[in-house]
Order: sequence, then C-alpha cells, then structure tokens
Amino acid sequence: MDAFEWMSPQDIEQAARAATTTVAAAMVRDSGEPAAGDALLKAGGIDLLDLMKEGLLKPRRLIHLRNIAGLDRIEGAEGGLRIGPNVTLSQLASHAEVRMRFRALAQAAGASASPQIRHLATLGGNLLQRPRCWYLRSRAHHCTRKGGDRCFAFGGENQYHAIFDHKGCAIVHPSTCATALIAFGARLEITGPRGARRAPSVEEFLLLPEADLHRENTLEPGEIVTAIVLPAPAQATRSLHIKQCETESFDWPLADVAVVLDLESGVCRKAAVVLGAAAPAPHRARAAEAALTGKRIEEPVIRVAARAALQGAAPLAKNGYKLPIFETLLRRALLAATEG
Amino acid sequence: MSAGTRTQLQPVGIAGVSLGQAERPVGAEEAPALAPNAQLSCIGRSAPRINGHAKVTGSATYTVDVTLPGMLHARILRSPHPHARILSLDTGAAEREPGVRAVHVIEHPIGRAIEIAGPGEAGPARRQLRYVGDPIAAVAAVTAHAAQAALERIRIEYQPLPFVIDIEAARQSDAPPVFDRPVRTEVFGGPAAQLPQHGNVHGPDTSASRGDAAAALSAAEILIEGEFHTQVQTHCCLEPHALLADWRDEGLTVYMSTQFTAGIRAELATALGLPLSRVRVVVDAMGGGFGSKSRIGNDVLAAVALSRKAHAPVRLVLDRHEEQIDSGNRPATVQHIRAGARRDGTLTAVAIEAYGTAGVALGAGVGNFAQSIYDCPNFSLAQSDVFIHAGPGCAMRAPGNVPGAFAYEQIIDELAERLALDPLELRERIDSSPVRREERRIGAERFRWSRRLAPGGGQGALKRGLGMAQSHWPALVHTNCACEVRILRDGSVEVRSSVQDIGTGVGTVLAQVVAEELGLSPGDIVVRIGDTDFPAGPPSYGSRTTASLTPPARNAACLALRKLIAAIAPTLGTTPEGLTLRNGRISSSDGLHSIGFREAAGRLRTEQIGAVASRCDDYGGFGHRMGDFAFARNGLGGVQFAEVTVDTETGRVRVERVLAVHDCGRPINPRQIESQVHGGILQGISYALFEQRILDAPTGHMLNPNLEQYRILRSRETPAIEVHVLENYQGTSATDAYGIAEPSIIATAPAIANAVYNAIGVRVRTLPMTPAVILEALGRLPHRS
Repeated sequence: MDAFEWMSPQDIEQAARAATTTVAAAMVRDSGEPAAGDALLKAGGIDLLDLMKEGLLKPRRLIHLRNIAGLDRIEGAEGGLRIGPNVTLSQLASHAEVRMRFRALAQAAGASASPQIRHLATLGGNLLQRPRCWYLRSRAHHCTRKGGDRCFAFGGENQYHAIFDHKGCAIVHPSTCATALIAFGARLEITGPRGARRAPSVEEFLLLPEADLHRENTLEPGEIVTAIVLPAPAQATRSLHIKQCETESFDWPLADVAVVLDLESGVCRKAAVVLGAAAPAPHRARAAEAALTGKRIEEPVIRVAARAALQGAAPLAKNGYKLPIFETLLRRALLAATEG
Repeated sequence: MSAGTRTQLQPVGIAGVSLGQAERPVGAEEAPALAPNAQLSCIGRSAPRINGHAKVTGSATYTVDVTLPGMLHARILRSPHPHARILSLDTGAAEREPGVRAVHVIEHPIGRAIEIAGPGEAGPARRQLRYVGDPIAAVAAVTAHAAQAALERIRIEYQPLPFVIDIEAARQSDAPPVFDRPVRTEVFGGPAAQLPQHGNVHGPDTSASRGDAAAALSAAEILIEGEFHTQVQTHCCLEPHALLADWRDEGLTVYMSTQFTAGIRAELATALGLPLSRVRVVVDAMGGGFGSKSRIGNDVLAAVALSRKAHAPVRLVLDRHEEQIDSGNRPATVQHIRAGARRDGTLTAVAIEAYGTAGVALGAGVGNFAQSIYDCPNFSLAQSDVFIHAGPGCAMRAPGNVPGAFAYEQIIDELAERLALDPLELRERIDSSPVRREERRIGAERFRWSRRLAPGGGQGALKRGLGMAQSHWPALVHTNCACEVRILRDGSVEVRSSVQDIGTGVGTVLAQVVAEELGLSPGDIVVRIGDTDFPAGPPSYGSRTTASLTPPARNAACLALRKLIAAIAPTLGTTPEGLTLRNGRISSSDGLHSIGFREAAGRLRTEQIGAVASRCDDYGGFGHRMGDFAFARNGLGGVQFAEVTVDTETGRVRVERVLAVHDCGRPINPRQIESQVHGGILQGISYALFEQRILDAPTGHMLNPNLEQYRILRSRETPAIEVHVLENYQGTSATDAYGIAEPSIIATAPAIANAVYNAIGVRVRTLPMTPAVILEALGRLPHRS
C-alpha cells in the first residue's frame, strides 16, 4: 500500500469540494495499474482500506468524513427516522426505536461482519461499499466492472454470484442493510459539490449492470450521502431480515431476505419482499409481494409467495443451490414476521 | 542382555482399567521407573503455560518483533502466470531504485518436485514458472514499501504456456504437462522409490499392498464401495512465515518462525556449504505451523542470499496472500474404495485407488490409515500424484490420514449399516486395539450414544444426527534429540534444548518433568529453548516433540541431581550412595544426613553443574526406524463422537457437540493436551465444512487467497467440546509420553460425515460439506435445462 495524505474536513462542502472522484470511478481503468492521484471520500474505511491493500486503489488523499458534525445522529423525521451516514452498524443495531419499528434493518446491521467491524463500519459506507466479487477484487482479473471486456464469473467460479439481472456482470450487491432499506422504502439525502441536493429512493439509487456496468449506484464525484431517511411505517407493520452464510461468524450471505408487511388483523395490506445476494442490486420480488397483498398470511399463501419470489431466476452453473435457500429463507421470514 | 543395561518394573496398562507393572530392559543411565501420575506432584497436573501471560498481554516476542540495527526488508516477486517460461529477466532498474540494497534471482527453486536432468544434460536453460505465485526474485531495501516498489521495476519477458489446474483434466494424456522430465523427490529418511510417470500422473505407488485383494473382493459376502473427494486446505497459521537472516563473516544467524530449529540449521548448512557450528537458528514465540514451517523454503534461501549480498540483516515476512498461494497446503484427493467383508463383519479385502494433487509437489497420498487401523489380510493400495499448475502442497497436520480417514471411516460406517450392526459393535469385531476399545466404551457412555436414531429418522426440516469415527496415527520419536539440565549455585535450575514451542506448550512440559525429578515446582525451572546454541531438540511435527524430548529431559535432570549429590556428599561427611532426594531434601536413608536442595546447590565448588542426555531407543526397541526418527511399537488411537444438525431445506450443517477420547501414553499436562485436542477438532470441523482453496480454471489464480473468502471456522461455529484422555502406560521410556496433535484431527471429519449421514440418510462423500453440496446430495437443486 502506498503512502497517502489524510484530510479531515469539518463540513460537508469542504469534503465534497476535495473529492476528485468516486471509488467506483477510480477503479475503472483501461488496463494495468489503478490511477494514482485521486482524492477519495472515506467514512469507516473498512472497504476502502481493503481495496487499497489489494492494490485496486492508489489514492493520493483520503478525505475522512467522521469528524463532520451532525452525520452520526438518529433522529425522528415526519414519523419516520433520519439516520446520519456516519451512524455505525452497531449503533443502528442497538438503537431502541430502530429495533422496535424497523426490526429488519436492526437485524441486517446487527448480523453483518464482526463485532469489531460493526463498531467502525458506517451505514453510509455499508451502502456504498464495492461488491465482494472475487474477480472484481483480484488485480489479475480485468473485469467489465473495472473497465475490462469480460465478466469472469460466466464460465468461472460463480457459486457466490447473482441469480437475477446479471446481464454483463454477475456481482451481488454486498450490503445486507440495503436489502432492508429498500423493503422499508428508504430514501437518501445526497449533497453535491456545489450544494446541489437530491433525494432518490435507495431503490432508484442502486443500479443494475444494464444501466451501468462500472458502478453500483448513481453517486457522482463530489456527492456525499448525508442522510438515510426511513418513512413512517404503517401502524401494524411487521418486518424481518434473515440471511444464510456458509459460516455464522464474519461471513457474507449466500442469500438474505427482508420482508416488511403491513398487516391488518392478519390480512396483508401491503408487502415488500426484497432478496439480497441475489442480484447486482437488492432484488425486489414483486410477484411475491402481489401474492401476499390482500391475503391472510398463512402457510399456503406463504408457500406460493416464496415460490413466486424466484420467478425469472436464471442461476449460473454453480449457484443453483441458492434457489432452495432463498425459497426457504423467505418462507421462514414470512412465517416469523407474521408470528412475531 | 548387553552390558550397561538393567531391568526395571514399569507401570503398564490403562489407569483405572488395567494398570499393572511389567519388566523392561533399560540403559544404565536411565532414570528409575516413574510412578503413575496419581503419585506424582508435577507431571500429570495442568501447570499453567509458562508463556501464556506474555502471549495474552502482547509482550511475547514473535519473529516479526525481532529487529536488528541496519535491518533491511525483503519482498518476493512472484509469477503472475500459472505456466510460463522466462525469456528474459533484467534486474538493473530495480537495483537502481532508491533504497534498494540487493536483488536476488531465484534460479533453482526448492520445495517441489525437481526434474531429473538426463545424462550429460544441463538443466533447462531458462527458468520455467509452474504456478501463480511461483517465486522469481527477491529484493531487499530499506523499507518493505521500497522493496515492493522495486519488484515492479524488474523487467521480465514471459512466454505463457498452456496450463491445467483441474485434477481430472490434468490426468488426461493430452493435458499440458507440468514437468517434461521424470521428477525426483525425497521423503524423510531417504529417497522414494522411483515410480512411473506418464504425463502428469506420477505413480501408482503400490508398496503398501498385501495379500490378494482382487480375488478376495470377488469372493466377498458383502461389498461396500464409494468414491470420495477431498479439497485443498491451507495451513492458515495466524502468524505468517517470517524470518530475519543475518549473514556475517563469523557465521549466519537466522531468526525464524519454524517448527524445527535444528533441522533448519542442518538444511541451511548443507545448502550454503557452512559447518553446522557456523549456523544458528533462533525462535521465541510462534503462532502455529501445522506442518508448513518444517523446512527451509525459497523465502529462507532468498533472505539469506540478500543478507549476504547486502551485508545487512534482512527481514522477510509473507503476507496473507502469499501464505495462501505459496506456503504449502493439504493436497486434494480422490479415493475409490472397495471393501469386502463376511456377514459377521470381518474384513476380508480392501482395495483403494487414490490419486491426489499437491500441485507442483509430490506427497498427495492417503497415509497409512486404511492399511493399519483394522486387520484385513488382503489389502491393495494404488496411489498416484497428479501434477497441476498450482502451489506445492506440504505436510499438514496428520498428512494423508486426514483425507484417508474421511473416506475409510465412512466405508466402515456403511458396512455397519449394511450388516445392521451398531458402528461401535462392528469396531468391537474388527479393531484389535484394547486402547480404542476402552475409548469407545467411555465415549459411548458420556456421549449417550444409545439415543442415536436410525438414519434420516428425525422429524421436520432440521435433522439431528450422531456419528463416530476412529483415529490412528503412528507414535513417532525423534532420536537425534537432546536436552541439558543445569543446576546453578543459587539453587536455580535451567533446562535447555533447541526445541521450539510452536504453540503447543512444550516448554511448560519440560519444566514439569524437570521439576518432578528435582522435587521443585515447574515455576522454579527456567526454560531456555528455541535456539540451536542449546542441545539439538526434536522437530515440532509428527506429534513427536513430547515423546522425543521429555525422556532425555528427565534423564538429564536425574544425572544432574546425581552430580550434585556426588559433589556435596563429602560436605555432609558421607558418600553419595545412600543419598536421595525426597520432599525437596537430599537425605540419607538412615536419616542421619539431610540438606535442602537450594542449600546443597550452594555448596557447589563451581557456578553450575549440569548434564546432557539424549533420546535412547524405546525400552524394548522401536517398531522400525528411518534415519533420525523411529516408529514406536504401538500407535496412537483416539475415538471421536459428533452430534450435528442438518437443515435439509438450506443445506446448513451445524456441529453441535464433539466428544473426544484420546490417548498419548502418559499425559504430562492435561490442560495443554485438551487444548491440542480442541485445536485438532476445530481444524477438523473447518476442514469438513468450510475450508477450500478455489482456483480459477481459466486463469489459474486462487480466488480466495485471504481469510475472508477462504471460509474458516470461527467462534460461532465452535461446538461444545469434551475431551477425555486416557493414562495409557506402556513402559517404553523415562516418561512414557507420546504425542497428541495429529491424532486429534484425524477422526473429526469422518465423525461429522457419519453424523450427517445419520441425520439425513444420504451419504456425503465430498468435502467441504457446504450448503451447495448438502442440497445436491439431498436432490434439492433445481433441474437445469
């Protein structure tokens, strides 16, 4: 890892001005070495440091966002919650209101990574981290996402790759928090380099390869996520996030699911069903949602919905096993959400 | 009986079961027979680890903590290609980089199979690279960063060549050959027999066969057959390979994380043409080796060469990526087994066809497990190495027997089921070991084996299963092994040996043995180890350290005490003959003379007295012997029971509980033994369920060269573990102690596999048993169009 400068701005504008590019853009190259000389934004630094140690990024300067005041709060906003991007995963997982009203998010955050990492990793960074695809993370593989001309997962080791929407690139989105955020209909607040603001939903913010092969989201150079906003859930909302990894400690999911159900005396008025580790962005299972909406949530309905969630799945040579896992997790999540 | 020997009565048998005494011939210098542990005060007690406090507080000195004035840092340039010829190599620009002090090109790499040059043939003119990570050159610079930067300035023109990394593809006759010529290799104790080599297939080695397996199989009343696949596991030592080489005119000193200081010294002396007396190898604290730190490698020779060139100490530490791709691994195997038996369970024939791959190295065999553990008159084993373009395998904790037991103990489990016999009952019939019989009895009772249901018998998606498997490992002894005990004038005591503590706690064991003999506490003994300036100790591999070193440690203590008694007897106005040490005092049998140990030492004429003792043969002799090491007459047993749950809808296997009953002769430090067994079980679970080197067939690169995507057992995968250790006295040495490290991993994976079968009623013959593998075995994968 090369030496770099450390900058610790006090406000968002200063930080936004200092950033020269995004992490995703800095990793795109024609071939050979990553460009040197970038100034990159850094929150917890968990992913950034990994990428630097692997030689995939060689920034000249890191812009440390953790000292900017006001970005580490969780506060009420119009009946929902406004979460600062510097809130750590452990803060999120232990926050009483998050646990009570947005249980799936607390579960996703609380089961991520390891306790040590959860104390450092931020929600903003979790959302913006690069995928774990081993071809993306290998200097030896110049893949499409880094500006190369092929996705090595096709015809390669694709057991941990996508079963949906993998046109041109088969990464899965790495954030389990994103799975839950999309299920809750969360929006982002983003500040641009000249104070411009926008507020896309997380679902709009995250991109599929068919929209852009080189990045997982619409973040532009100099843009900073300044808040993650959870809208007020309906009174009788039940939510749940569960995942399965190969190991229970410190592992990435083979499959994860978030369900958010608005239940009125056992009948589902509205359902959000999102699959993580299934596609390059969390996969909204609309057929499953339709199968649940207006129905009393009972075993047969759950079975139909769980099967419907996998409509259109196109597993690769080595990841067909993910289908029964998703179907099972979803069935169990719906059952547990209804019961709890 | 030859001169200088005597006979003495030794405790023999299993404590609490069959303990008695037997007469043994022993050498004249041997200490008197040691009583069973129940009568001792240091041996058999769980003395705290002498470096435990330093380790947990961070003050222990690992090799990476050693610094020397003017020290340089080295990094290694490695092949980016799985197979390539070097057409040209220019180090000029790298040598001119700021901060660079020396560049060394690795022309003749070691630690792999080596091609034999034909008569009159010089070696190949150009270096051929045979795996991604194959070391090419090394640079020493004032910082590691400068060294790394300089690597990128070495100009190399590669001619990429066709490669193969899949074991099945490599066996085909048209596969790109890893070696163009026959290869030579050596095993410990001498060269291996020359075996046929066709393409990438080296072998088969059939030397373990006996009887006529083919005929007996065709006549067998019962036939069991199965094919088993095991993966490559990497050692994953938490402490990486590290050394600091300091070449000076007066000699070479190497500080190095190693499992065998004395062996490294000998290898370095040979490789460099130096006398042994000019080479010193030093290690203090270590974070594991598991076989991968047994010998010198290219990293060691490169660092020494750089130190010599740069006239400065050179430090070289591998990073995790290098650890994963080029520090050895447990080879993959494919084993096809056919076993024939009579209806009463008696094994009549076993035929095993095995091939495995250690990448560019040899040694992917299946050990001596199947040929040794159960009686079977007709046995055939044909094992071959298959070369692929991947990093060399090397010894890893119970090499061969770990994959061997995974397969064979499942075959035995299957045979039991076919015969409608409990797996324990079948083993009562076919296992002649009285030690394992007792281990099965204890284990079955404590594990409550009788609650085991029929295979797949549980209700619901989550199925529970119980399984068991047995271990077999030779009891090894290193005979080139010595220890010194010194008694100083102030009553302090030192024990000295070049032996290294790789984390097993051998230093603590030495302190216990010496303290027992001198009537002191382990804390009174200063342990000086990990330095070839001390008498050459054994390696810490092959589960032989305690077996090899504790007898000479006890004998040296006994001799030093005799010298002390002889020295001070005149000051008591008596002769040494009647004086013995009892309850911390040197006293005459008539009770007229008595003096405390410390006070006695104070009467020495010189600052210290001491004695060096070396390992003699086991009383009654060894089974057989190869060079510096020997096989004791009896092997080591061990039985493990596993309880698992299998989620049949997600394929998730969870090990809930493992109960292990083991033997290691006389246990010296029960807590340390238990710790070793825990380590073996955890590594065994990790092997069974998680670990796997994944190579990318199109590019030859390892895709998980880290500890993130290379899945490994961590805290939440750790089951409840119970360990029971027998006191199994055999009366074969001054301490009667043997090893435990390797026996403790052998039975784990098959016990889990048998438990998985018991849970789901489907046999899983592939490792690791990931959700994908389990779901496939259960027929739950979607049908592909």
